[in-house]
Amino acid sequence: MNREPHWLVRLSTIRVLWRVFAAVLLASVLAQLAVHVHAEFGVGGRFGFYAVYGFLSCVAMVLFAKLLGTLLKRRDTYYDD
Amino acid sequence: MIDAVPPGLVLLLGGAALPLVPVRLRPAWILGLPLITLWLSWSVPAGAPLHVQYLGWHLIPLRVDLLSRLFALVFSIMAFGGGLFALKQASVRELAAAYIYAGAAIGAVFAGDLMTLFVFWEIMAVASAAVIWSTGSRAAYGAGMRYLGVHLFGGVLLMVGILAYAKTTGSIAFDSLSAGGAGRWLILAGFLINAGAPPFSSWLPDAYPEASATGSVFLSAFTTKTAVYVLLRGFAGEHLLIYFGLFMVYYGIIYALLENDMRRILAYSIVNQVGFMVTAVGIGTPLALNGAAAHAFAHIIYKALLLMSAGAVLQQTGKRKCSDLGGLFRTMPVTMACGVIGALAISAFPLTSGFVTKSMINQAAADQHMLWPWLLLVAASAGVFLHAGIKFPWFVFFQKDSGLRPPEPPANMRYAMYVFAFLCVAIGVYPAPLYALLPFPVDFVPYTGGHVVSQLQLLFFAGLAFFAMLPLMARTLTVTLDVDWLYRRGGPYLYGMLRQRVERTGTVLSAAAQAAAHRTLSWLDRYHGPEGIFGRAWPTGRMVIWVALMLVAYLLFAYAGRY
Repeated sequence: MNREPHWLVRLSTIRVLWRVFAAVLLASVLAQLAVHVHAEFGVGGRFGFYAVYGFLSCVAMVLFAKLLGTLLKRRDTYYDD
Repeated sequence: MIDAVPPGLVLLLGGAALPLVPVRLRPAWILGLPLITLWLSWSVPAGAPLHVQYLGWHLIPLRVDLLSRLFALVFSIMAFGGGLFALKQASVRELAAAYIYAGAAIGAVFAGDLMTLFVFWEIMAVASAAVIWSTGSRAAYGAGMRYLGVHLFGGVLLMVGILAYAKTTGSIAFDSLSAGGAGRWLILAGFLINAGAPPFSSWLPDAYPEASATGSVFLSAFTTKTAVYVLLRGFAGEHLLIYFGLFMVYYGIIYALLENDMRRILAYSIVNQVGFMVTAVGIGTPLALNGAAAHAFAHIIYKALLLMSAGAVLQQTGKRKCSDLGGLFRTMPVTMACGVIGALAISAFPLTSGFVTKSMINQAAADQHMLWPWLLLVAASAGVFLHAGIKFPWFVFFQKDSGLRPPEPPANMRYAMYVFAFLCVAIGVYPAPLYALLPFPVDFVPYTGGHVVSQLQLLFFAGLAFFAMLPLMARTLTVTLDVDWLYRRGGPYLYGMLRQRVERTGTVLSAAAQAAAHRTLSWLDRYHGPEGIFGRAWPTGRMVIWVALMLVAYLLFAYAGRY
């Protein structure tokens, strides 16, 4: 097991992946300069609407799940006995 | 007459006969039956070629139109893929049950009347429970019993509803059920239980992950999608369904985010995806209904692919919890790639099947100027990527190095994944053939620059949110309580408490009864007993003397009278 870690999990690769991801994120927003996004309900056409809305709604869902989890989570052997 | 062979019956009876087929011929039987069914479903002429009068009912066992054919086709494809995936691994019992289940589902979507529908509906419930039970584990037995209980309850609602509906309207034809009073609502309740709608959503994530690695692939497809079909047929445009659907969409996301079992994550996401379809049925425009039907078609394939990928992992590692898995991309790249394709499809990435079908639903909400449903559907589309699209592949194949180095699954499992991964991409790249099968003419272009850019923004930033909040997503060894707590813990607890109460009340009552009986007896004794004032016994001896004296007197008078 003392082999070199898989190239995909090396820190240098992960750094590159993050940079590529950042570039992709930026590109997806900047693409709106070139492509017309149909304005659903007025908000849909705003610059970067889907980026902001997607990000914030995911944050909200994770936080809500976390909150609900504090009430409803039990050990996974809860139903076993 | 060959035109009128009900395609579902071929699969159903063929599946039932599977244990009798010589072992050598079984692979051909398993792969051949769904293909024959597929061909029959495709070639059976439109209309209602079969009519039967039975006990005064007008039954239509086979009614063929675009909607029923679409579902029969995808069910046949599903049975083929599931059969190929399970070919060498599943027990004969499981495969026979799975084919009966699939055949009954096809029978249900071809049913032209409510009685025929009900019969196939119940066969599905029992056969799918048998699929769950075929692992033979105790957990599966319990889960299967709970599953069957919920579905039989739904069946009772459906049956009562059908009878009430038939009494009110005088017909059992299964078309749009817009009249029918209470019967209509009961039928809707029966349908919604099978769709996984609240408050009975939890039967699905409770039961499906307890089936075998191959069994859950079959289970993911038929019950909920038959429910989507019957809702499309009977309740299109029922606005109540928008609320049910949106609840299911978010229920699936939130519970999947909290879940640790990889197949239970996917089970919650079935509820989530069916929620999109139910919402679309509620919106009810031709675009929305096309979207629901198309999304059901695409969903069956990518969800089966995801569960095949998870099933392959389970089969090769014996592990099902995300906290035990991770890093499997090293030795299972094919399984990983197929899982990722399924994950991209469920997330509706451009060039996958989910994109060309789900965007119809979101567009339908926008076209109807339904602001809140639209906003909720768009946020949920981001949430799908979060809870299934990234979470499943990330925790199973990447995340950390779990040290597991399992090999790829056997060839038949890989081929099944190839076929379904190909379909996910093919439908996404070239949706025209699917669009041609939809119930209404399609006037929708998925690939506009605006659609693609907005969807990519949404998904990439959902991905950013996932990785930004990764510490919050850490897997824990937990389950999350749900409505099924009521019958798994609450019911038994209530029963125990009630029994205790009843027993205690019984003790008190019986003591009180004893005391009362004792009091009554002593009262009786006091007044009517041997010494009681009413019951004082006059000595019989004294009576005898009086009788004797009277006799003597009588005799004396009698003698005196003679002389």
